[in-house]
Amino acid sequence: MIGRVLQYGILFVATLFFLLPVYLVVVTALKEPAAITLVGTWRLPERWYWESFAQAWAAFAPKLQNSFFLTLMATLLSALLGSLNGYVLSKWRFPGANVIFPLMLFGMFIPYQAVLIPMFQFIREIGLGGSLWGLILVHVVYGLPITTLIFRNYYAEIPDELIEAARIDGAGFFSIYRQVIFPLSIPGFVVVIIWQFTQIWNEFLFAVTLVSSPANQPITVALAQLAGGEAVKWNLPMAGALLAALPTLLVYVLLGRYFIRGLLAGSVKG
Amino acid sequence: MNWFRNKDNLYGFMVILPSIVLVGIFVYGFIGQTFYTSLTDWGRDPAQALAANPKVNFIGLENYRELFTGLIDGRFRQDLVNTFFFTLFFILGCLGVGLALALTLDRSPKGEGFFRTIFLFPMSLSFIVTGTIWRWMLQPAGGVNQLPTVLGLPPGEFAWLTSREQVWQFSWNSLPLITAAVVAVVLAYIALSAYRAGERRRAWIAAVSAGLLLLWALTIGRTLKPLPFDEPHGFNLAFIGIIIAAVWQMSGYTMALYLAGLRGIPEELREAAKVDGANEWQLYQRIIFPLLAPITLSAMIILGHISLKIFDLIFAMAGADNAPTDVPALLMYLTTFRANQIAKGAAIGTILLVMVALVIVPYLYSQLKREVRR
Repeated sequence: MIGRVLQYGILFVATLFFLLPVYLVVVTALKEPAAITLVGTWRLPERWYWESFAQAWAAFAPKLQNSFFLTLMATLLSALLGSLNGYVLSKWRFPGANVIFPLMLFGMFIPYQAVLIPMFQFIREIGLGGSLWGLILVHVVYGLPITTLIFRNYYAEIPDELIEAARIDGAGFFSIYRQVIFPLSIPGFVVVIIWQFTQIWNEFLFAVTLVSSPANQPITVALAQLAGGEAVKWNLPMAGALLAALPTLLVYVLLGRYFIRGLLAGSVKG
Repeated sequence: MNWFRNKDNLYGFMVILPSIVLVGIFVYGFIGQTFYTSLTDWGRDPAQALAANPKVNFIGLENYRELFTGLIDGRFRQDLVNTFFFTLFFILGCLGVGLALALTLDRSPKGEGFFRTIFLFPMSLSFIVTGTIWRWMLQPAGGVNQLPTVLGLPPGEFAWLTSREQVWQFSWNSLPLITAAVVAVVLAYIALSAYRAGERRRAWIAAVSAGLLLLWALTIGRTLKPLPFDEPHGFNLAFIGIIIAAVWQMSGYTMALYLAGLRGIPEELREAAKVDGANEWQLYQRIIFPLLAPITLSAMIILGHISLKIFDLIFAMAGADNAPTDVPALLMYLTTFRANQIAKGAAIGTILLVMVALVIVPYLYSQLKREVRR
């Protein structure tokens, strides 16, 4: 009996802890600027003020578009490359793969501050400075370790006999990929795409260093700038935060199972 | 080599080669370049900092010497202390909350799926979104401080992110002493547990090293003074809010890890323990917690490297210029891109890399070794 009470007590307190910020965001976003006071933070709005979202949308729609373009391109490219790499590393292990793979994996843990200065110069020198393409390139490259890892572990489950059989039937490297591996890869792709989508959509450090012009800003940079400005009334940053959170939140709610798989794959063993 | 004579093998290698080259350049090439930059004076002469072809001179480890013992870089040293305390409490918070939630959900309460979804959803958010929300939550005159008034109590007074209070102060000069003492205590503990386990040799080695270290600390270590004066550092209370927000975002991750671990414990094991007369507490203490220990270690390493790198959350919550909540990852950005002290920024970046590598490299090594054994 005491166990039951304790159990539901913990769940109740934890739910409050996790949902109070959500309540505050929604309530603040729906208040008129004049009605937002520090003392009345937790009160419900007297009048629902939907204009916050219209204003936030007007300010953020181009940034959301940037984010979508950037995220989709970088996600698809890094997923495709990761799939091919995983195929090679699990089924065509070349000499030295045992050294190369850990060296690649290390790339997903490094603090990017340790590569930021040369990267900034490099992107500028190849003429991609300030553009979304520079950002896409960077996200693809630093996404390779995790996408390769997930696909490698995923393909390790496909029996080698299947590959052997295809080889005996005369299939080569590429036709085995197209006819045997790729059709079996859909769940792997779902996990990787969800993971990369969430990571790249949410990323901030690369975006704030590489993209200088407001026209190319992804949503995270624009939101940080808006919320950082002191003069702004809080309904706008809160509505903006909701808009910025919506795509990844939707993916999480609809495809949570795959999201968790990506999450657990990040701790390497997979 | 023979392996490459086969056409398909060659194709395979050609397919992965671009990725290897890209990662080689973007990770190892750039790290090398950053390290080289950190050994120069790039940025010391403002006229050269942003020049197209800057003239830079090699000055060896001077940037590092300044960061650790120079008069003007006290902020960096406080940032290291901040990172230490942030990492400590962030990991403890995530492990504690995550374990409590996982144990609760493992007993299959009603609405389990609903609760799991709620506890894990912050993981899908950007640190920028989390930071923006919690910045509003932690306004000194509103937000969390106003919560007690809902129950008719007086509002809270704590200034959260702008608090200038510092506790557990120590002098930077006593750092060698403190470090040696802590390591000695750990060694002594290892010696004791080795002695209890009957491993005489290990116990002796650990005990002697602990003694030597203490001896060094109390004789030479005490006279070592990195700075000519006492520079106080400590735990900035402004970090409490950031720790709470970070735990809010990441404790779902530890919950998921622990839950996966708990679900992996075979039911027969629990049954067997109960048949042997173990009560609930003994079941957890003797069977379940030891089985969760490897998960705890993995979680500590993953969370630890995240907290060493933490940047966006603080940027969005407190701003990049809020000195009490500064960390090396932020300082690197400010030093390089705002103050144009590029070489010094590179040095901070390199120090961060070394700290993360110390945590991650042994982890990767053990993970991949275990895989080969499987």
